[in-house]
Amino acid sequence: MKCGVVVFPGSNCDHDCFHILRHVFKLDTEWIWHKDNVNLSKFDLIVLPGGFSYGDYLRAGAIAQFSSVMKEVIQFANSGGIVLGICNGFQVLVEAGLLPGALIQNCTQKFICKTVSLRVENTSTPFSSECLEKSVLSIPIAHHQGSYFIDPEGLNQLEDNQQIVFRYCSSVGEVTDEFNPNGSVNNIAGIVNEGRNVMGLMPHPERCADPAWSNIDGQLIFKSIIKKLHSGASL
Amino acid sequence: MLAKIHITFKDGVLDPQGKAVHRALKDLEYNEVSEVKMGKYLELQLDETSIEEAEGRVSEMCEKLFANTVIESYRFTVEPAE
Repeated sequence: MKCGVVVFPGSNCDHDCFHILRHVFKLDTEWIWHKDNVNLSKFDLIVLPGGFSYGDYLRAGAIAQFSSVMKEVIQFANSGGIVLGICNGFQVLVEAGLLPGALIQNCTQKFICKTVSLRVENTSTPFSSECLEKSVLSIPIAHHQGSYFIDPEGLNQLEDNQQIVFRYCSSVGEVTDEFNPNGSVNNIAGIVNEGRNVMGLMPHPERCADPAWSNIDGQLIFKSIIKKLHSGASL
Repeated sequence: MLAKIHITFKDGVLDPQGKAVHRALKDLEYNEVSEVKMGKYLELQLDETSIEEAEGRVSEMCEKLFANTVIESYRFTVEPAE
């Protein structure tokens, strides 16, 4: 199983992702520089990490979507490859059209950096199969443009297709406005595409996946992906 | 040629900056303001060509890069450079 972590100018969670994949889960992991025209077919998992690609100029992810590597990532995703976009990686995925919707400025107008509770809404994805249905994970967020937006028709489609994987909630799993940190529609924190092989989420599982730390809830997401890839079953 | 492009949020998209500015205006007792939308403004210097062709190209640029049409709308004007 081979993993690739894409590095854009301005990525700053790339080393965390690399560390978790290579040193915690002992997976064969390589860096992929954004200018590289590398054929991604040798990879099983591509991670778009968090950060501020291209300084978030114009809109978060707006410029990264046209980098050389993204043409390859789009092809990889369209042929069923597993792609995980975290934070800025999620923003790049929606800008590139691999996931629906958009991410806009938090309703609080502030950069928010704290651990939040997430309710697992769908365990039938390669990213969440190791979680229990409706269980609550504690995972940190750190973003300024993390408010998920989609028009009502698109929202209905997401709900009907069960594409919402994580929602912001209370510590016991209540999904209400009070526990929505950034104004995301329907408390959405993470979604998959219709094919279930591309997930974007604003929270940072790589920041709580090293057993040296007290919270390792993020491991469930990486363990789900590893289980999926080891099983070799098609999506 | 000179293109002047305005990009703003579509109706129904949360615009927290616009809301904050609107509240500030209310604090200053400018009560006649019913809505504030914050957006982006870009100016492009273009090679000389026909207005029609320039408009077509700028429209493409807006769709591809300048605006995310999921959340934003755009409008622009093209005029000969001074």
